[in-house]
Amino acid sequence: MKKHIFILTIFFSVLSVMNAQETGMAFIKEGSFIPLYGAVSKNPVAIKSFYMDIYPVNNSQFLKFVQKNPSYRKSKIKGIFADKSYLSYWKSDLDFGNAKRNSPVTSVSWFAAKKYCECQGKRLATMDEWEYAAMADTKKIDARTKKEFNEYILSWYEKSRTYENEIGKTFKNYWGIYDMHGLVWEWTSDFNSIFLSGESRKDKSTDKNLFCGSASVNATDLMDYAAFMRYASRGSLKAHYSTRNLGFRCASTTKPKSNLN
Amino acid sequence: MKKITIAFLALSLSFYSCKDSDKKESKAKTKKEISDLSIYNLPSKWTNQDGKDIELKSLRGNVLVMVMIYTSCKSACPRLVADMRDIESKLEKKTRQHVKLILVSIDPNTDTPERLKSFAIENKMNQDPWIFLRSSEENTREFAAVLAVNYKQISPIDFSHSNIISVFNPEGELVFQQEGLGVSNEKTIETINLEAAKL
Repeated sequence: MKKHIFILTIFFSVLSVMNAQETGMAFIKEGSFIPLYGAVSKNPVAIKSFYMDIYPVNNSQFLKFVQKNPSYRKSKIKGIFADKSYLSYWKSDLDFGNAKRNSPVTSVSWFAAKKYCECQGKRLATMDEWEYAAMADTKKIDARTKKEFNEYILSWYEKSRTYENEIGKTFKNYWGIYDMHGLVWEWTSDFNSIFLSGESRKDKSTDKNLFCGSASVNATDLMDYAAFMRYASRGSLKAHYSTRNLGFRCASTTKPKSNLN
Repeated sequence: MKKITIAFLALSLSFYSCKDSDKKESKAKTKKEISDLSIYNLPSKWTNQDGKDIELKSLRGNVLVMVMIYTSCKSACPRLVADMRDIESKLEKKTRQHVKLILVSIDPNTDTPERLKSFAIENKMNQDPWIFLRSSEENTREFAAVLAVNYKQISPIDFSHSNIISVFNPEGELVFQQEGLGVSNEKTIETINLEAAKL
């Protein structure tokens, strides 16, 4: 046991030295909120404190990842982990072409995003964590009822090709993170816990035959159209899909190590 | 102390899981190649109802019929289990030896191997070709992603989940999915017989 503690002590002293360096993550303090979707009988969902990347992962960071992990290059990735449009805008395996190095990497599948975060000693944020961090504007933890805030998000939905912009050009929110709105959509670890499908044809969220217990999860507030769009989009995703406006960032439950980039 | 140990474990695990893929890759080259679309590319480890650890890969060479359930489910799951049993009963005789019917838990915290075992016995499914599997929450989420099964915990004992029965060929490629409860399983059975006949 003593030995155990000894090893841990060394491990954590190394960690704290590394922590002095820029970690690229912000601390998101615990709290609770009622998400648009997924809350049971409108009870608030409790979020434990966690850390979140300040910016979405960019092209040059992802390039480093595929350099180290050949099986995630566009010519190598297995069909079960990514569809044909994986990194489609990259010129070749190790060249992101005309895209800016500081633009968010997109056209990555959930598997690739998940693996990237694992390799950083991190993970993807859960959907609830993501929504919790994303409801903040520059001043308030929960700005969802503010008219300007929703207008900002909705006006972004109407803009095209924002994925070509560089990271960090939208507003810095209460927690110190950028680009939750206005740049790209982002993967979450449990995106597949949604019971809305994008296609109205298949939209049977209250059909008991397709979804057991579906009647007990409902949108708490359909007026929150901005969030509704996000949930609907997640509901239409599959893990191997990769699309041009969908990127990701990582999160961590524990204090992050130094940025491995 | 416990927290620290967990954090330490989580970190070392994440390092491990990162390096894992490279190792797997070199291994795959020496063995017969696993197809690109095969679930046998998933490195996840599973435990069956006998508490035995198995890798999905060990099931290679069988036609797999898979469904995701949780044993405390009262509404759709019993019907899903019944649908699985119905499929099994209608398989051609010569098909049976090549088929495994697998029930994967979406509630690994509750569904311990013991629990799965008693569920198997209760439902008279504690013998070949039935297999019950559970893994970590993360592996389960990933596996569901592959099957396009969505699920969400909606209370400590209840989940919402898609009702999908999936058929995999002997190479682990998804070849058919039956969606919904109590739907016609004719096409499902036909696919299973067809795939098994190739063996």
